[in-house]
Amino acid sequence: MKGNEVIAEAALRAGCRHYFGYPITPQTEVAHYMARKMEEIGGTFVQAESEVAAINMVYGAASAGVRAMTSSSSPGISLKQEGISYAAGAELPIVVIDIVRCGPGLGGILPAQCDYYQMVKGGGHGDYHNIVLAPQGVQEMYELVVDAFNLADKYRNPVVVMGDGYMGQMMEAVEFRDQEKIERPEKPWAACGSEMKRPHNTITSIYIEADVLEAHVRHMYEKYKAIEENEVRVDVQNCEGADVIIAAYGTCARVTKNVIKDAAKLGIKVGLIRPITLWPFPKKAFEQYAKVPKGFLTVEMSMGQMIDDVKLAVNGQNNVYFYGRTGGNVPGQKDILAEVVKIARGEGGDLR
Amino acid sequence: MDNQVIFAGFGGQGILSMGRFIAHAGLHEGKHVSWLPSYGPEMRGGTANCNVIVSDEEVGSPIISEATALVVMNQPSLEKFESYVEPGGVIVLDTDLVPVLPERKDVRVFSLPATKMAYEMGNPTFAGVILLGKLIKETGVVRFESFEAALRGILKPKKHYLIPEEMKALQAGADY
Amino acid sequence: MSIVFQRPHALIDKPLHYCPGCTHGIIHRLVAEVLDELGIEGTTVGVASVGCTYNSYEYFNCDMVQAAHGRAPAVATGIRRSLPDRTVFTYQGDGDLAAIGTAEIVHAATRGEKITTIFVNNAIYGMTSGQMAPTTLVGQVTTTTPFGRKPELHGYPVRVCELLSTLEGAVYVERVAVNNVQNIRKAKAAIKRAFQVQAAGLGFSIVEVLSICPTNWGMSPDKSLEWLRDNMIPHYPLGNFKNVALPGETPAADGSDK
Repeated sequence: MKGNEVIAEAALRAGCRHYFGYPITPQTEVAHYMARKMEEIGGTFVQAESEVAAINMVYGAASAGVRAMTSSSSPGISLKQEGISYAAGAELPIVVIDIVRCGPGLGGILPAQCDYYQMVKGGGHGDYHNIVLAPQGVQEMYELVVDAFNLADKYRNPVVVMGDGYMGQMMEAVEFRDQEKIERPEKPWAACGSEMKRPHNTITSIYIEADVLEAHVRHMYEKYKAIEENEVRVDVQNCEGADVIIAAYGTCARVTKNVIKDAAKLGIKVGLIRPITLWPFPKKAFEQYAKVPKGFLTVEMSMGQMIDDVKLAVNGQNNVYFYGRTGGNVPGQKDILAEVVKIARGEGGDLR
Repeated sequence: MDNQVIFAGFGGQGILSMGRFIAHAGLHEGKHVSWLPSYGPEMRGGTANCNVIVSDEEVGSPIISEATALVVMNQPSLEKFESYVEPGGVIVLDTDLVPVLPERKDVRVFSLPATKMAYEMGNPTFAGVILLGKLIKETGVVRFESFEAALRGILKPKKHYLIPEEMKALQAGADY
Repeated sequence: MSIVFQRPHALIDKPLHYCPGCTHGIIHRLVAEVLDELGIEGTTVGVASVGCTYNSYEYFNCDMVQAAHGRAPAVATGIRRSLPDRTVFTYQGDGDLAAIGTAEIVHAATRGEKITTIFVNNAIYGMTSGQMAPTTLVGQVTTTTPFGRKPELHGYPVRVCELLSTLEGAVYVERVAVNNVQNIRKAKAAIKRAFQVQAAGLGFSIVEVLSICPTNWGMSPDKSLEWLRDNMIPHYPLGNFKNVALPGETPAADGSDK
């Protein structure tokens, strides 16, 4: 199945019956799939008047206590940032899919990873974090979308599944589980009608008094601490005894797997640290291998965004080099290998 | 075995479907497969391509940097992708659409008048399948019977009556 | 002794933060009375917007969701689609509904979302201290039209009911005012009908309530009520723009359903 269709199917299997979207390439197949299936099963599909409206419909549906999702691509996500910030502030479990295309501005529709900043570093206003999951292929896309709903409900927080355009467009085999492990905590906080049996519930992100808002934000940060302790996911490959470690996620990590084989033929051992959660960032994996002899190489489909977090995690203990392509180009296997060879030979590289 | 095949041509020739059939056939054989289409401005501009990997091992990068085979259905695509083919690799092309043949001597080139053959068979859309017949014969990327299973899986039931004809075209390509 | 007048149950016993003379209190009360009379407080979810009524969730006793500026109709859409057996209303001001939220209100109406919008039009931005609203009248002085609203510079005031009544999904559209007792009674009847239209699943309903802002108009409350009568009503005529027969009612003979 195509990545985008798998996203939709995974959401349905996770019990999502409310999808709100707005057309944008390269993720439109999510909406096509949802439009058909939701009508068949009696769920909600609304093609909103804008991305702004779509995220606010998700906000409303999540307020009412149901599992709700929207999907978009980079320029559309920029518009959704308002709603994401509000959902974070109001502690609403929402799931947002971002199939990233190249920017800035209208940019292009080819794949990119240049939404790292806007998704991982906030994007919207205020002190908050999204949980950000980055699949490397169609099977993992399926698993992470299901997990996204569980994590959103568990922590009452927006969860983003971020894949580049290739993740949405490519087709790979996918194995669906017979029965999804759906964790559905009670939602006594939801605004779904009091039935006059309890005091009225309020969903809000506004706290006019400084101390009250600070207390609320501190409470959110306690939650983020728990997420950082419990929910970090990372794929570490070939790092023991490696000469160079590549940090990459999504499609770049896939290309890196080939680079590992190519480098081995040249006698260079390349490791891979692939963050699956971009937030919380797998700092410990980088700390553990911070002394890798020749240093780190961060490979991205951007001008270098995740590299900031790699550098923070490495904390000055080693060189962190960069190789990236942008505009819709993908770092080539041979080009990455060439960087690796340079670094392994001590000939340096792009230190940013 | 690790087959990395690039399919390229004009939009509307069924390039993406050709790749899908091969990927699905591989899936039928229990192989690891990936299918990565070009999308974006070039689609509107009229060219299309896809990368298909059929492998005994887990697929690493779905993006092909060195192709074991290339199937081309127009001249610009040959010029763009010829250099991607590894030495000893296979290029299958339609001579009706690609009049200027590859210059490389270190690859195996198979030229078929696939469009003409398809017209003669009474269905011009068979040109792609004819080329696939040659690809399958020369690379063994998938088996003929898995290709039939893929057709059955992908085509809508109302199109299934075409399958025997498609298989005949596949055979004709292989035999050319 | 019998009780002849009391606070509606749907209105929380809490002092309102609105300025002296503001008519939001009256409109809150009318909505709450309707929730009581229809017995739907426990099955209603309200959506507060941004503006003076940002925290109306502190006054209404039903479940409330606070929405971003202008987005209340989208939020209400999400709620109503998730809770098909509930009643959902938005309470929005003129800046929220007719400026930043124009797209959301128009499309909620055109989709015929089964929600009710209470649209409070006082021709000015109140909370941010008296800027020009989309409904500010020509010549009206505000902090951003210090020499009066000039059409050649600032455009014309928008008539929301007239605009929305052209949409098929909007089935009940009425403009009322709260400047005197008679109009207040009419306003309540309109609000009640709007909720009944929603309950019957007929489509989108909106009641525009002409309201005053003594603080930012720079007038006493009684002068403000006169100003509303003399200036707003001529530009924003009161009355029904679209009506639909409720189940059991006979549609009007002229086919207008009015």
